[in-house]
Amino acid sequence: MRRQHPTRRHVLKTAALGSAALMTAPYVSGVHAAGTLSLGCWDHWVPGANNTLTKLCNAWGEKNKVEVKIDYITSQGEKDKLTAAAEAQAGTGHDIMSHRDWNIQVHQRVLEPLDEVVNELIKQYGPISPVAEYLARIKGTWRGVPTTVGSQVKPCQSRFDLYQQHCGIDLRDMFPADEAKYDKAKTDKWDWDLYLSSAEQLFKAGNPVGLPMGQTSDAVDWVGALFNSFGVVMVDDKDNIRVDSPETRQALEYLKKLMAVNPSEVYAWDDAGNNRWIISGKGSGIMNPPSSWAVAKRDNPTIAEKIWHHPMPRGPKGRFVGQLPQFYGLWQFSKNKPAAKDLLLHLSRKESVAELVEASSGYDLPSFKSMYDLDTWKKVGPPLGTTFSYPPRGDEVTSIAGRPARPEVGAQIYNQAINTVMVAKFTQGNEKLDSVIKWAASELEGTLRV
Amino acid sequence: MADAVQQSWVPALAGARERAPPRSGLHRFMRRRSTLAFAMCLPLIVIIAGLVAYPALYSIYLSTLNKTQTRFIGLGNFSFLLSRDVFWMVVWQSAIFAITAVLAKALIGLITAHLVNNLPTKGQRKWRGMLLVPWVIPLALSSLGWWWLFDPTHSAFNWLIVLLGGNEIPWLSDPYWARFSVILVNVWYGAPFFLIMYLAALKSVPEQLYEAAAIDGANAWQRFVHITLPMMRNIIAITVLFSLIVTFANFDIVQIMTAGGPRNMTHVFATYAFMLGIRSGDIPLGAAVSLFMFPILAVAAVFILRGVHKRGREIG
Repeated sequence: MRRQHPTRRHVLKTAALGSAALMTAPYVSGVHAAGTLSLGCWDHWVPGANNTLTKLCNAWGEKNKVEVKIDYITSQGEKDKLTAAAEAQAGTGHDIMSHRDWNIQVHQRVLEPLDEVVNELIKQYGPISPVAEYLARIKGTWRGVPTTVGSQVKPCQSRFDLYQQHCGIDLRDMFPADEAKYDKAKTDKWDWDLYLSSAEQLFKAGNPVGLPMGQTSDAVDWVGALFNSFGVVMVDDKDNIRVDSPETRQALEYLKKLMAVNPSEVYAWDDAGNNRWIISGKGSGIMNPPSSWAVAKRDNPTIAEKIWHHPMPRGPKGRFVGQLPQFYGLWQFSKNKPAAKDLLLHLSRKESVAELVEASSGYDLPSFKSMYDLDTWKKVGPPLGTTFSYPPRGDEVTSIAGRPARPEVGAQIYNQAINTVMVAKFTQGNEKLDSVIKWAASELEGTLRV
Repeated sequence: MADAVQQSWVPALAGARERAPPRSGLHRFMRRRSTLAFAMCLPLIVIIAGLVAYPALYSIYLSTLNKTQTRFIGLGNFSFLLSRDVFWMVVWQSAIFAITAVLAKALIGLITAHLVNNLPTKGQRKWRGMLLVPWVIPLALSSLGWWWLFDPTHSAFNWLIVLLGGNEIPWLSDPYWARFSVILVNVWYGAPFFLIMYLAALKSVPEQLYEAAAIDGANAWQRFVHITLPMMRNIIAITVLFSLIVTFANFDIVQIMTAGGPRNMTHVFATYAFMLGIRSGDIPLGAAVSLFMFPILAVAAVFILRGVHKRGREIG
């Protein structure tokens, strides 16, 4: 009998049909009775938020007769990343592990494909965050499921009373706690020029904005968002270094003026520095999730009730906000993969998400825009509706520093804080613009190493 | 044939049994002092092999892989590092950090040891105990305490300085002040080690030497230069070596206080390796950075230990 060799066309056709079938096929639970599942989860800073996750997991475990064990691992000192690195090297550990920001990229080779879970979620809830897709969908395969727990964006968090008093800007009118009432004529005015002029006025009034310029994520995220809104591309998706551009020069010149009206200590701030700045009552604005507002509510309630969350300023290329999603990854060495996938799907359903968002007072942000209508963001206060515009509203687009470079390259750009070091060299170190860009180009060349 | 062989050795064995002591060869082997010593050292050897040698060899292996750990690239990571400006800045900073801190610790330790040695015996123990406190507190904890004192926005030191009419100092936000701050904390933590070692050395200097020098009319400085210092040279060398190794490998202080910033200007080998290896996910490159310390320290160790050995032979 003559053996027929498959043609290229035949292979492509079969693969396309297979992919289409996977995309359209309903998710079928493969969970079997009994067995155990262990999870290494990010330790939430909101008191009680871990309990809700535990409750959801246990309820699923009881229903499916699976024993669920959860270890909550702090991100202080990157302990969660160290644990994940150790488990990946050792080939043993938890079944499911939380991965912050770029860690799915880092461990992609030892993570199980999770297309069936994420595709099912996309089918149910619509488009997913492009940042989540960029970070976890590698060569067309989802290696992580975006979590609600710990995922966040970093929009403006401002003292509306000080903006009103010193700049004559009514932030609550500009960004009301109802997206239907957003007036484009008003929101369009909120651009980086207005941000700078108001920052200058607030600085003169003795209440400067506090924008970190260290090498931690809060600094990298807001600078990344600003760079995107000016159209700065450091490395494109074809590995071309494009940092030497008019857009980069324009952004850096702008930042020179903006950093001059920030407190000088922002260059040493870690991710808690800006939180303390707004909580102290001295600062008029930062760029952060509502964690600092929540702490102010506890420690300095008179300040908390004057804080309003609202979208970032608009730049020549649009309005961008830094997003840091978290993911659940399933190790390839897991012994109970069908159960793990079923649990991940359970935790990602809107009913579970609503409970998780509520438990975190609105800090946790799902990766599906269709879930931004949850009640928590409307009813949290004081002031009532302060976190309504914490999820991206209007024309605000999520972004992450390092994109659109290949994720492996983006991870290096982000974690080595090349963008904020550039800014600090130019604004604090008073280095020449050309030499800063030359330095950045050299560092970026290093990130392209295979 | 087989029977013949058997017959030929059986009487010989029987003869040997008659001549040999009643104990077996294995028993004799086990009773040998070297065997016993080896057996007693075995737990330590296992620990060192498992927790020191294996990780060291594994990190050498890792440093020869590419970023994704899928391909052997030989010394590629090392040559890549040598071409990076930031890496050379880290080398320079690590050298400044370690050498400045060790010199300051040695000087402070020497002065304090003399002061404590000259205290009346009754109160000496109290002072010795108090001066050792920085060394006893876990470093991560004390670094956090120092970080609060240097806090960029709410520094306790600055509060005091302003209260006294001075200007605030950018302890951690200015790169040069930040370098000073991390070195200061390292000196604060490490000086007691030098103090206790030097104090022990001072106490071992024979009193007769000082008496003879006094009869010859030597003043305090001459006694220090011609008696104390030569008698302490070996202990100074060993202490400096130990401290150099520990200070070069320091991680806690820099990571807690500055995390390598501002502008990467306080990174040392360990924090830079952590940033590349763990935070950026390039474990082979991180391993290569951490291994760069090894030749530097090995060279320092060879020179210092050679000096110690030479002086030992001279005394011998």
